[in-house]
Amino acid sequence: MKKSVDKATLQMIDQAGDQGVELIWDRYEKQLPQCGFGELGLCCRHCLQGPCRIDPLGNGPTVGVCGATADTMVARGLGRAIAAGTASHAGHAKHMAHTLLKAARGEAPDYPIRDEGKLMAVAARIGIATDSRSVNDIAADVANLALAEFSEKETPLTWAATTVTKGRVETFAKLGVVPTGIDSHVSEMMHRTTYGVDADPVNLLLGSIKCALADYSACHLATDLADILFGTPKPVVASANLGVLKKDAVNIALHGHNPLLSDIVAQVADDEGLNNEAKEAGASMGINIVGICCTGNEVLLRHGVPLATSSVSQETAMMTGVLDGMVVDYQCIIPALSNLAECFHTRLITTMDIAKIPGAEHIAFDEANARETATQIIRTAIEAFKKRNPAKINIPEVSTPAIAGFSTEAIVGALGLLDAEDPLKPLIDNIVNGNIAGVCLFAGCNTVKIPQDQNYLEMIKELAAKNVLVLATGCASGAFAREGFMTSEATNQYAGDGLKAVLTAIGEAAGLGGPLPLVLHMGSCVDNSRAADVAVAVANKLGVDLDKLPVVASAPEPVTEKAVAIGTWAIAAGLPTHLGVVPPVVGSKTVTEILTATAKDLLGGYFIVEPDPKKAADALYEVIVERRKGLGLSA
Amino acid sequence: MTRIYVNPERCTGCKTCELACAVQHSKDKTLLGAITQTPPPQKRLYVETAGGVKMPVLCRHCDEAPCLNSCITGCLYKDDNGYVRRKKGRCIGCWSCIMSCPFGVISQDNHQHIAVKCDRCHKLDVPACVDACPTKALQLVEDSELPKEVRHSVVLAAAGS
Repeated sequence: MKKSVDKATLQMIDQAGDQGVELIWDRYEKQLPQCGFGELGLCCRHCLQGPCRIDPLGNGPTVGVCGATADTMVARGLGRAIAAGTASHAGHAKHMAHTLLKAARGEAPDYPIRDEGKLMAVAARIGIATDSRSVNDIAADVANLALAEFSEKETPLTWAATTVTKGRVETFAKLGVVPTGIDSHVSEMMHRTTYGVDADPVNLLLGSIKCALADYSACHLATDLADILFGTPKPVVASANLGVLKKDAVNIALHGHNPLLSDIVAQVADDEGLNNEAKEAGASMGINIVGICCTGNEVLLRHGVPLATSSVSQETAMMTGVLDGMVVDYQCIIPALSNLAECFHTRLITTMDIAKIPGAEHIAFDEANARETATQIIRTAIEAFKKRNPAKINIPEVSTPAIAGFSTEAIVGALGLLDAEDPLKPLIDNIVNGNIAGVCLFAGCNTVKIPQDQNYLEMIKELAAKNVLVLATGCASGAFAREGFMTSEATNQYAGDGLKAVLTAIGEAAGLGGPLPLVLHMGSCVDNSRAADVAVAVANKLGVDLDKLPVVASAPEPVTEKAVAIGTWAIAAGLPTHLGVVPPVVGSKTVTEILTATAKDLLGGYFIVEPDPKKAADALYEVIVERRKGLGLSA
Repeated sequence: MTRIYVNPERCTGCKTCELACAVQHSKDKTLLGAITQTPPPQKRLYVETAGGVKMPVLCRHCDEAPCLNSCITGCLYKDDNGYVRRKKGRCIGCWSCIMSCPFGVISQDNHQHIAVKCDRCHKLDVPACVDACPTKALQLVEDSELPKEVRHSVVLAAAGS
């Protein structure tokens, strides 16, 4: 089984093999074959009379003990996955809102409001008065309005209603899927999928879409507040892949999702005293902070912190033998890290009281004493550095530059260099004239089921050659960064002529001395709403709805329930959305048909399930051409 | 000769073997292919439960096979490996084999008037059911190895008592 196409990762996999150390791919092989009922979504454990399975081949039971059909079972399972994904983003977003409120009240001195411009823009958008009011008062109002989004409201979610097109609002209202409470929709989905509640697959899917739109709101809210607290990302040059780990430095990896922890550690790591402590311990280069997964993206975009690795290959950072501390918050942190850390000197440090791992040490993170906690974490890693085993050091000499930091504001800013009066005009003109055929947002993870990065690389080469502008978030960004696709060189090598001309014009206007990178890194996985914002701005400018735009999305190597929630709101936003892994829904013909076909009539967006990357790229390009024709544009 | 050995203590009743069996007897031998095939493929082994025990029940490919002896058309035969198999087109659906099988592991085809039974996945080194079992409740063992393993467990039991 091919495990990865990334050179550095493969080197670490070999190293693990030589040392008899088990990695995620080995554990996957031991799981094979995986349960066919589970693969199809035909297993239900929602009550104590189960587990029930439905025989997909009709030789056995066609309904569960309660009479739930395959359609009911699959729709309930999908609904719960979306609820779990929404709960994750809700937790992240609420954490951010509580911190903003504490910051506004002066109870979190380590969290000053770093982006007043963004605060004012968000306040204006959500209807909070800003004239002659203090920054803290406005921030408190924004935080309180944000916190009110989580319980059941009598009105639509502000973060949904104020950020989508009018056409979307009408479509959601018509289908009865307007979200009114982030946590309440998670709760509602758990209620309607429990024993003896909602059995109608269509009704369950509509409920799932409503829950996914709550997820969208949570994502958008989290991004807005992160920008207010830590700054809206601007283009930054960094580097990516395991070669960013340094033999002569105390290496600390920030792994997880929320910038509340990682941003502070990144700030504190600049402290001269701490760097001197590291040097005294023998690390001549001082402290070297690197990122893993999405919190890595957060600090990459805001501080230029290099990205060591992401997602499926998170264990490989420890395999280098030079990782002194791995600090984690929540989401995508695999518990196997704890066992692996025992093979090395690495200290695995959990920080969130809701996310502990047996074998890891827990340093509880608290916003009131953020810098103090970060200092303690860094000192723990300096201690660990002294216990390194030189015999185990093996750092792949692989790293590539990556230009990142393309928030919506940064993209509009770059376009403004071409037309300051009307920044969106150059983008729209180039879409109209065909220099840019369309836009594809790559999102999602890396999965053990697909050789790491393979689908990303094959798809981008196909699409960029056909002049499709590529945006990326989350671990999709990680893949493109480490494979060298966030560079001007990649644009020169892979972009079609039209796309190359546009990226070059903007890049040169921005003083890059070459084109913009082939992939615009917009942020972490919670930041997918940034891409939605760009699409909404273009749609509003053109006076059409999102489901008419030549804009598509792809999660070619998805893993998490969060990805399921994001994919579902993407189709609700009108985007045809590709999945490179068959989701556990195909046990129901009805549900599969609705998600891949009927959704097109109802929402404009729909799922395209295609494991083959070449065929997937072709399918997405066909959609782009079809939509261009719909707008009266040439293919 | 190898035989499929069933260890009921390890069986969790997950029915993965049943699914793998049906998939192996589908046209393109994949799960997605199997669920979209019409008519759907059929399993040849059966996970049963009684008295708190769960276990797959499957064809033993008996040396003196009652099904083969009762087959009136000469459809069932013993191949070079000793597996009891069917000749294509010879079954008339008299169900003699079903009635004579002491294990109850021959069934009527759901869509044609013929009997279906285990063919020991004769083209595969390891039968699909054995390969699929996540707990190794199904194992492929050499006839000669099995008594040795049993003797070993008898000694182990004696050592423990």
